[in-house]
Amino acid sequence: MTAHRSSRTSASALYDIPGPRARARHVGYGVATALALAALVAWVLHLLVDMGQFSSVKWRPFLYEGIQELLLRGLGNTLKAFALAAVLSLALGAVLAAGRLSEHAPVRWVSTLLVEFFRAMPVLVMIFFIFVALEVQPLPALVAGLTLYNGSVLAEVFRTGVTSVDRGQREAAYALGLRKTQVMVHVLVPQAVRAMLPTIISQLVVALKDTSLGFLITYQEFLHAGRLIAVNMDYTMPFIPVVIVVSAIYIGMCMLLSWFATWVARRERRSVKTEAVAVAPPEAGSTMPGAPGVR
Amino acid sequence: MNVLTDNFSLYGEGFLGTIRLTVYSSLLALALGVLMAAFRVAPVGALRSVGTVWVTVLRNTPLTLLFFAMLLGLPRFGVALPFELFAVLALGCYTSSFICEAVRSGINTVPVGQGEAARSLGMNFGQTLGAVVLPQAFRTVIPPIGSTLIALAKNSAIAGSFSVTELLSTYKTLNENGYSVLWSFLWIALGYLILTLAISALFHAMERRWGVAR
Amino acid sequence: MRLRFRSGALLCALALSAAALGATGCGRSGSPPLRGPRPGEPPRYAVDSRFSLPSSPTWRAARERGRLTIGVKEDQPGMGEMNPATGAYSGFDIEIARMLAASLGFDPRRDIRYRPIASANRETALQNGQVDYYVGTYTINEGRKKLVGFAGPYYTAGQKLLVRRGERDITGPRNLAGRKVCSAVGSTPLQRIEADYPEADAVAYDSYAICVDNLLNDQVDAVTTDDTILLGYAAKDPGKLKVVGRAFSDEPYGVGVPKSDKALARALDTALAARERNGDWKRAYDVTLGLSGVPAPEPPRIDRSLTS
Repeated sequence: MTAHRSSRTSASALYDIPGPRARARHVGYGVATALALAALVAWVLHLLVDMGQFSSVKWRPFLYEGIQELLLRGLGNTLKAFALAAVLSLALGAVLAAGRLSEHAPVRWVSTLLVEFFRAMPVLVMIFFIFVALEVQPLPALVAGLTLYNGSVLAEVFRTGVTSVDRGQREAAYALGLRKTQVMVHVLVPQAVRAMLPTIISQLVVALKDTSLGFLITYQEFLHAGRLIAVNMDYTMPFIPVVIVVSAIYIGMCMLLSWFATWVARRERRSVKTEAVAVAPPEAGSTMPGAPGVR
Repeated sequence: MNVLTDNFSLYGEGFLGTIRLTVYSSLLALALGVLMAAFRVAPVGALRSVGTVWVTVLRNTPLTLLFFAMLLGLPRFGVALPFELFAVLALGCYTSSFICEAVRSGINTVPVGQGEAARSLGMNFGQTLGAVVLPQAFRTVIPPIGSTLIALAKNSAIAGSFSVTELLSTYKTLNENGYSVLWSFLWIALGYLILTLAISALFHAMERRWGVAR
Repeated sequence: MRLRFRSGALLCALALSAAALGATGCGRSGSPPLRGPRPGEPPRYAVDSRFSLPSSPTWRAARERGRLTIGVKEDQPGMGEMNPATGAYSGFDIEIARMLAASLGFDPRRDIRYRPIASANRETALQNGQVDYYVGTYTINEGRKKLVGFAGPYYTAGQKLLVRRGERDITGPRNLAGRKVCSAVGSTPLQRIEADYPEADAVAYDSYAICVDNLLNDQVDAVTTDDTILLGYAAKDPGKLKVVGRAFSDEPYGVGVPKSDKALARALDTALAARERNGDWKRAYDVTLGLSGVPAPEPPRIDRSLTS
């Protein structure tokens, strides 16, 4: 909501409320843009139709149960890797965040080192390292790689969330005689999680997108299933139809999750319960490797 | 240990490949990202929609899928580009959506009065944005753009699996030459650390120089 | 923001309906029609049920499991191909894998699990025990010998050219000048064409399937790689494609095994020799690569130095 409104104001800061002539000009630009886009789309479609990419023979494979099952199995494997990675990342994130907030200096140092290292490493390097050097099967290698990376990023998210809970909350809790763990579990974490929920979900979108890296280590996920159909000569190699179908479903899933994150964020902003925690937008981090939501 | 000394040229080639990918894709991503951000704040509705769709779709596309679609789809149009160029296109377009969002939120931080003053001097939209708002926005977006470009450098590892010479894919040749996998991965990891820390340092310096005090 | 919501909801509906389509099973059963000449019945291989190889850890583990896990290609027509609709594997490599399994005492119809492994991950798959052995256009060379063991070779492939049936001018790599020739990016055949025949216009794509598709669409003039792979494509559409020229390289295909398991490699060599003698090898060729019209060659001599 706020973002929307502020973008409005800043947009209008860039140009005056258009008068009749400016409005006519803008309509002109709009029409020109729309026409240019339509021409581009029409040209691409024309090329595709010309190559017979919309002929029924290229799309026929999708009508068969066996093919649908193959795609669904691939999608299932993608979602399985995602579910495992999501749960384990949240757990690892909680452990590492607790480590970074610990009162024992060695614990803090070790957790900091782990978090910084795994955030700075490309997730694919970790996946390949686990797959090739540690000789692990594809699914565990993929899940482990995703968990290490996303867990470390989430640890930072959790830590930021806990430290940004209003100081008064913690002091009041201690004043009531609660112990360290109790303050954390009953007072700080619930507020922090509520406030950080949108960022957490955005990070899960990253994890969902990254399950496609399993394609590169022969994990039989969704892209793998799509490729099998695309390169099959019996089906006249339907590259474009496969790309269209696979992209629509993949992007659809990620959009759904992203949209859920914005929905939660909007709800949270309206809720009074999170007023104690000022949520920093995910973009405004320091220049450290592995900012949440960015990949 | 002597994996590095024996294969310095191989590592060097891979490291240079990663740097090349990072630099070219960064330039493409910055150009496209700023253009799309300008679209997203433009007074013309159609342009705003173009920017929004660009960002929404690309942010929600797995990078592997983008590589997959480009390598499988573009050849259908008779496009035979060097794979490095494919990789730069995929990485650049993908990252441009994150750059766009960073720049757009930077534009939002510029006080409204700045735009109003520019317009009262008779500047039009392009001049207001290009000469007044973007230079100021630039100062606030240095850190988020830094993080995005670091992510880009890390993402370039994917290109190795699509037959582009870069750092991660050197492990295969080393493996075949019989070197210890652990050591070769250690040096690869170090290479990426050097690169990400270098970008980090560069942007820290830029922020100290031009950044806005928070 | 509203736009994002709408497009998200729209795509969600799309994804859900696609999922529902599959889940409710409103699709046709069976497999889309296959191209090319009908293959004959694959040969039945006699299972050596008394076979035992306690000195091979791979074999012992497979026996305990009750089945073999064999690494194969899944996208190479004629050699190793999976029918995406039925999940059934076919091809010359698959037949070799099956006859060897029968010799090791496993029923090829029940006790084999195929595991598709892409070229880039073959060594890793053998090293981390994903597969017991690997049969899939696997050329024996010095670099790979350091990482994995080999049995065989069971076939000698060579680099040739695939062209359209009506092509008259291209009969070998020598008359490729100015013509577009396609291969997989980073592959040895591509490097050989670029180095030895620089006047040819080499084009690289991600896979041979894209090359063949572009050949059929007149966007390239030839596809070059091992003749086995080319024959597989030609067998799918003999009316439009043909393989030409003399082989200009030697690619001995071996069965990849874990490097330490010499006993398994030796047993596979013995089994292969027996299958070549009793005619199973030729029968396997005839129902797979033979469909392209090219008669079976003599099997290559088994290289015992690989297992000593």
